[in-house]
Amino acid sequence: MIEFTFWDIVRNLVFATRWTVLLSVAAFAGGAIVGVAILFARISPASWARRFGSGYIALFQGTPLLMQLFLMFFGLPMLGLRIEPWTAAVCGLTFYASAYLAEIWRSGVEALPRGQSEAASSLGLHRFQELRLIILPQAFRITRAPVVGFLVQLIKSTALASILGFEELMKTANAINNATFEPFKVYGLVAVIFFLLCYPLTQYARFLEAKAAAR
Amino acid sequence: MTYVLDFSWLWGSLGALASGAGVTLVLIACTTVLGLTLSILGAAARRGRCLWLRKLVGAYVEVIRNTPFLVQLFFIFFGLPSIGIRLDPMVAAILAMTLNMTAYTIEVVGAGLDAVPKGQGEAATALGMRPRLAFVKVILPQAITVIYPALTSQIIIMMLESAVVSQISVRELAQEADLLQARTFRAFETYLVVTLIYLALSAAVRRGMILFGRRMLGAGVK
Repeated sequence: MIEFTFWDIVRNLVFATRWTVLLSVAAFAGGAIVGVAILFARISPASWARRFGSGYIALFQGTPLLMQLFLMFFGLPMLGLRIEPWTAAVCGLTFYASAYLAEIWRSGVEALPRGQSEAASSLGLHRFQELRLIILPQAFRITRAPVVGFLVQLIKSTALASILGFEELMKTANAINNATFEPFKVYGLVAVIFFLLCYPLTQYARFLEAKAAAR
Repeated sequence: MTYVLDFSWLWGSLGALASGAGVTLVLIACTTVLGLTLSILGAAARRGRCLWLRKLVGAYVEVIRNTPFLVQLFFIFFGLPSIGIRLDPMVAAILAMTLNMTAYTIEVVGAGLDAVPKGQGEAATALGMRPRLAFVKVILPQAITVIYPALTSQIIIMMLESAVVSQISVRELAQEADLLQARTFRAFETYLVVTLIYLALSAAVRRGMILFGRRMLGAGVK
């Protein structure tokens, strides 16, 4: 049997953390792209698009992320795609993030005074220009704090990718625990690493919130 | 390659799914009652006079909010036995869920308490109520009414998160799904059905919370 010293455990966990970070970044980027599309549907003048947008959001916010990940993992192969845990995790977390981000940004769009969009139309901008130049930049700016807050939630959610078998921090911890039988130490360290990733972001979100409230 | 969806297993599995959904509801009901009680105490402690207690509650909230629920669950279920605390999976699940939800609802309850005008407590004292009675009978009901929608959302989020406790083999809905798909080899269909059951459960819990709130707190509940 291989002996693990305390530093071996720490080193292995810290190395595995890069996969947690990478997965978070990929899911956040993907979620932002899909999220903007859902946002467009959600604030579209066409009622069928609005209904699609709110149905999409209700579906992803009303079901467990774990089930969404399983559906990706078992569903995508049926479409003939070869799928690895990484792909399933990125797709699942992307859709999950897109629903939350679209909803956050929509609240930002709705918080803007009506005059903004009236002024844009009276300048002769058509709808897409109006969104791109006037509405979205402001909506993104005022929702920065909740978006950072959601990023924390997303980083924590990547732990579920371990259940699909993706080798990130949590899965590595399970493997080390099976070899060392020191769950108290191993899961304690995992909690510390997640805390170190998330706490600065939480503080940053708080700072943004305080700044927005002061204005 | 075409894949044909097959739901023929469903009829024979309704009992298992119903019992899984029942366990999920029991889990979230216990968590709600315990978590709400703890967060009222926690929110009061955070506004109390005792400095170290305020710090302690603050640290607890930060630690829980910045670590994943799955890690907390594994720490409680696998980690605590090594310092002599061995828990049944069901108890560990309820403990982990309660500790997790409380960290979020402490802030919610606190916001509700702050929203009640100071005059309400003063008026109650002027009527001769002792502080504790005034808190329970006058301040708390008003605070809960204000935060009721936020509490409902928190409870539903926790119920959805509870799918994770299948990982320590609690026989709730997600675990029943795992067992079913292992037997029927119909993984996608099984998880699809179970996902829809979760969706129905969250709609039902939301509706139920509104009805319950109207009954207990009056018409102000949305």
